[in-house]
This record gives sequence, C-alpha cells and structure tokens, in this order.
Amino acid sequence: MGAQIRELRQRIRSVESIKKITRAQELIATSRIARAQQYAEAARPYSQALVRAMEAAAERARLDNPLLEGVENPRRSAILVVTSDGGFAGAYSANVIRQSEALAGLLREQGQETVPYVVGRKGVSWFTFRGRELGGQYLGFTGRPSYADARGIADDLLEAINTPTEEGGVDEIHIVSTHFRNMVTQQVRARRLFPIMVEDVPEELHQAEAGAARTDNGGSAGSSNGRPARTDVLPLYEFEPSADEVLDALLPQYAGNLVYTALLDAAASEWAARRRAMKNATDNAGELQETLTRQSNSARQAEITQEISEIVGGADALAAAGSE
Amino acid sequence: MIVAEDLNVEVVAADRKVWSGAASIVIARTPEGEIGIMPGHEPVLGLLVAGPVTVRSTGGEAVVVAVSGGFLSVSENQIAILAEQAELAGEIDVAAAQADLDALDEDGDGAARWAQARLDVAASR
Repeated sequence: MGAQIRELRQRIRSVESIKKITRAQELIATSRIARAQQYAEAARPYSQALVRAMEAAAERARLDNPLLEGVENPRRSAILVVTSDGGFAGAYSANVIRQSEALAGLLREQGQETVPYVVGRKGVSWFTFRGRELGGQYLGFTGRPSYADARGIADDLLEAINTPTEEGGVDEIHIVSTHFRNMVTQQVRARRLFPIMVEDVPEELHQAEAGAARTDNGGSAGSSNGRPARTDVLPLYEFEPSADEVLDALLPQYAGNLVYTALLDAAASEWAARRRAMKNATDNAGELQETLTRQSNSARQAEITQEISEIVGGADALAAAGSE
Repeated sequence: MIVAEDLNVEVVAADRKVWSGAASIVIARTPEGEIGIMPGHEPVLGLLVAGPVTVRSTGGEAVVVAVSGGFLSVSENQIAILAEQAELAGEIDVAAAQADLDALDEDGDGAARWAQARLDVAASR
C-alpha cells in the first residue's frame, strides 16, 4: 500500500516538472509569434515597393525571361518545402510535408520530375530517411530567418531555373509553406513562385499599346484568375539604363523577397503551432496531475481506513480475550 | 509649371525601413553616373550601384545611406530607394565592414562592393 502512494507521488512530481517545462515553452512561443510578426511587418514596405516597380518594369520590358515566361512543357520542378528545425510544434512540419508530397504527385501526373529544396531539420530528416535526393537543404534559422538566409535560398533556386533542364536545371519553382492567418489558424499553402503568373491587366495594356483598337470583350478571356481589374494607372517611368536591365536586376531581388516573406510567414506559423502544442501539453499535464492526486489521496485514505480497522479489530480481539 | 513641393523619400532595406521623411534633393549613383532628383522630377525607375545615397532633408541636414545596390523609383515626388541592404552612415560598424572586406577577395564581388561602400560612407561622415 505504502509503495503505491510513493509511486503516485513520484509520478505527480514528474508530471509537475513536465508541466513547468511545457508552460515555459508556451510562453516563449507566444512572445516569438509577436516578434516574428514584427519582422514580417518590417519587411512589408520593401515588398510593396518592389511589387510596384516590378509591375512597371514588366509592362515595358520584353518578356522573354524564363522567370516570367516559363517554358512550354516544363519537365522538372523545384519544390521549396518550409518545415521547422525544432519539434514540439504539433503537426506543423508533417502538414507541410504532406502538402508537398501531394503537390509532387500532381506534378508527376503532369509528367514532371520534382526536386525538393528543404528548409528545416525536420523536413530534411524526413526526406533523407526516405533516400530522396535533395536539391538543397537549409538548416538552423527557421525560428528567426534573416534576409541573408532567404538570399542564399533564392540564389540556389535562381541558379537552378537558369540552368538548362538537360543539365539538371528546373523549369518551375514551387513553394510549400505555412501561412499565418491568425493566432489559431495557420494554413499550408502551395504556390508557384516562378514563372510568375503575369497579371492580365498589363497584358491588356500591351495590346492596347500595340494599337489594337478592339473593344474589351467583357473580360471573358482576360480576368480568369478572379482578380479585380486595377484602376490606378502606373506612371510612365523613364528607365535608367533600360527597362530590360531594370527588370533583370529586379527579378533576383523579387525572388529573394518572396522567399524571405514566405520564411517569415512560416516562422510566425511555426511559433503559433508550437504555442498551441505546448498549451495542449500543459493542459494535459494539469489534468493528469489532478487525476494522479485523486488516486494518491484515495490510496492514502484507504491506507488510513485499513489501519483503523486493524486497530479496532485488534482492540476488539484483546477485549474479547480479556473478558474470558 | 510644377509647383516645387517636398520630396517624400523612403529608404527601404529588405528587412526594415531605414529612413523616411521629407527632402529637397536626393543624390544617388546609377550604373551610368550620379543622378540628382529634385521635386517635380519625371517618373524614373533606375538601378543603383553599391555606394552612398545622399538625401538632403527639408531641415537642411544631409542623410547619407550606404546601399548595396538595388534601385530607385520616382513618381510624383514619391521616392523609394530599395536596396537589399542599406545602413545609415551613423549605423555603420567600420570594424565589421573592414572585416567583411578582408574576408572577401577584392574581385568586385557584390559582397565586397557592399563592404567597400560602407567603408566609404563611414569615412566621409
């Protein structure tokens, strides 16, 4: 009996210390979400200005860049998979990997090979355990990505897309990462980074400029991607030295920025997933602690009751022996 | 005739906004030479080379920013200077820049030019 109580108390103590650890992890994760969001916020002015400049330059430059045009029959695709370095984040990495496998399956159906580029230790070990060949692996920064990290990844991806497919290059770049919608909802998204899906509006402007004075046929062919037509007209920029050169310089910066924002978004999501996982663990530890305390109390009570009945029994026996 | 107003300048690095405010002139370096932009300038989208960008604010003080390259866009007195890396002259860590430069070969590589640009800006402050 005594042994059972001792065992229960031991378990209560260990559950308690686990609870303290998960609680601390939860608090850390909560503060990191806020910080990751600040970084994402700080990067926003750059993204916005970059997109505006891209629109202006793409409208005027010749569009024969592989990053813009793409090829007719893409044969190989790079998939950038953004997972986490650390665990304790619930199904965060598993969800991303599952989505990336689904995307890879889809691309294979279209007759494409896929090359995974993996961010985060969890993803890398998942792929290497299965003997998959990686195009690149990036470790050690998923909780706090810097622009230099994103630059390195973007440079590798650009090198791959600029290499002819016959020599191991790729035709398309996809990214699978987690989008931070709010503290409770994070969503795994698969997107194509390159070739860029050129918006319809500049295309129409192109045709208008070419002197095709036909009336717009209600956008039956044009606005297929559901974007509302933009009304603000871009200023007529003077390009220094030329639109093509500006665009050539812009594209790598744009790629770096896309990867950077995806990494920041994923970092915020990672911390949010970790916070939730740790909160659940803390709650479960609390419940377990309560159950174990109840068990220990009732075991202790049972022991006392038994002792009393032994004493009473003993006293009765003595009294019965004395009265004879 | 365009009425001369102030320029609204933003200097933005990839991960933060470095400086923003009103200015009377902005001087930057493009591959084809220096470009000075005053209020009422026509819209321009130009490349920048690594080096200093000087912004004379309406208060009269000169703000010097080292940029690693990038580009500049001007439209309707809104100027955006976008560089992957940008540091205000006062922020530059000379020792770190020198160390970066020493660690790299001086073959005109982007990182080396960026380190050199920081040193130049820091030297002239």
